[in-house]
Amino acid sequence: MEHTVTTLPAARQPGCPFDPPAELIEVRRRSPISRYLFPDGHEGWLVTGYDLVRAILADSRFSSRKELMRHHPTIDYGDIEVPPAPPGEFLLMDEPQHSRYRKPLVGRFTVRRMRQLTERIEQVTAEHLDAMEKAGPPADLVTAFAKPIPAVIICELLGVPYEDRGRFQQQIDMFLGGEASDEELIAAYTATQEYLAELVAAKRANPTDDILSELTGGDLTDEELKGMALILLSAGFDTTANMIGLGAFALLRHPDQLAALRAEPALADGAVEELLRYLSVAKTFMRTALEDVELGGHTIKAGSTVLMSLNTANRDPERFPDPHRLDIRRQDGGHLAFSHGIHQCLGQQLARVELRVALPALFGRFPTLRLAVPAEEVALRPESADIHGVKSLPVTWDV
Amino acid sequence: MRVTADAERCIGSGMCVLTAGEVFDQSEDDGTVIVLRPEPPEHSRDAVRRAAGNCPAAAITLSP
Ligand code: HEM
Ligand code: SF4
Repeated sequence: MEHTVTTLPAARQPGCPFDPPAELIEVRRRSPISRYLFPDGHEGWLVTGYDLVRAILADSRFSSRKELMRHHPTIDYGDIEVPPAPPGEFLLMDEPQHSRYRKPLVGRFTVRRMRQLTERIEQVTAEHLDAMEKAGPPADLVTAFAKPIPAVIICELLGVPYEDRGRFQQQIDMFLGGEASDEELIAAYTATQEYLAELVAAKRANPTDDILSELTGGDLTDEELKGMALILLSAGFDTTANMIGLGAFALLRHPDQLAALRAEPALADGAVEELLRYLSVAKTFMRTALEDVELGGHTIKAGSTVLMSLNTANRDPERFPDPHRLDIRRQDGGHLAFSHGIHQCLGQQLARVELRVALPALFGRFPTLRLAVPAEEVALRPESADIHGVKSLPVTWDV
Repeated sequence: MRVTADAERCIGSGMCVLTAGEVFDQSEDDGTVIVLRPEPPEHSRDAVRRAAGNCPAAAITLSP
């Protein structure tokens, strides 16, 4: 039977900051694929089961092109034209355009290159822990720890002077926080574009030892480099930061798991994978069918918008036994937190090293770390945000 | 078991290196897959099967 869903849940269950909204879990329980009536009247699909989400992400008949994404999942913008992605913003492109930008980057984000950054990430982490220790409890873990570490690292990789980050950190927070008005978003976008144009021009004039400078040596135009830098900065700033903040919160709320991790440091890699699955901070992605596709007993018509819920897919009991349990000893792998198919996260090996270093170091430095407010009072980002996370995480410890 | 990988399809996710580092590597130049051991040792075969199954670009092929 076909179910029609007409709204995405606006909030999570109180007291369940880590679980997808209960309504969405219920949608998946009824069927891994449902009709979705978009607010503008478009009849598309909502895919919530692991196998189907994974299949769509790997299928080139489902497009990531921005200009095809004309139906917003929660807002009625009417019948709008969406321009194609600006040059370089390859997240929202298909082949062959996508490859033009991803290919020159891939060699710089390999497992080996990212592991070579371990020492530097340890150093940056220690500096931030020192500062927290010096200032004394309580602290907001988001501003003191979760945000700055990935920000310093991506700035260094791209060759962005860290002092400059004030010029776009706020803007990026606004793009991804899910609470800004349209005017604020446009102003933020313009300011970021101006900054990136200056940055690219500066790298071309005076190349330094970083990814952006290296890229100026190829056949990419300044417009293209600007787009690539924007994607890398926004992806590099916000996602890992939210994983560190929410990951610390999740471990504090699962003392048995935290104790296991402390007792057996060798569990850290598995703990990172499990936190990625369990938290799935990048929740929802869209694709557009380029032709009629038979899927899960349904025909997805050409032109249909398909919403995919990575967080319910990662909690699918047919793929992950006892899916709502955080279990850092899980061995199954194969979660979709970094997506699947040609757009699977370019920065995933960087994110893994950052998480692998930051979380154990935090709990190692402050063995008595705990929330400074009742768990129910920790403010979450709204469900409208692209990336889930805590807005702030007040913590304290014994000195 | 024989392993081949198609560097043209590969998107350089590094998943195979993470899963079976003894058998897969990524090129220093362009980050695409390199098969280090086309006939993987017995003890790594489970990992190789998982790597092939999890490759986001379906770039890894196993044959008997
Ligand atoms: C835990 C942290 C992170 C998570 C959960 C995450 C998640 C994702 C997801 C789900 C996608 C795929 C989107 C799609 O299929 O349409 C993606 C793509 C991407 N991510 Fe990440 N990401 C993280 C960290 C990073 C970092 C640190 C970087 C910095 C380099 C980064 C750079 C990118 C880029 C450039 C893409 C676009 C890839 C493409 O379209 O080919 N990500 N990420
Ligand atoms: S898992 Fe697949 S896409 Fe990723 S590096 Fe290996 S072969 Fe390439």
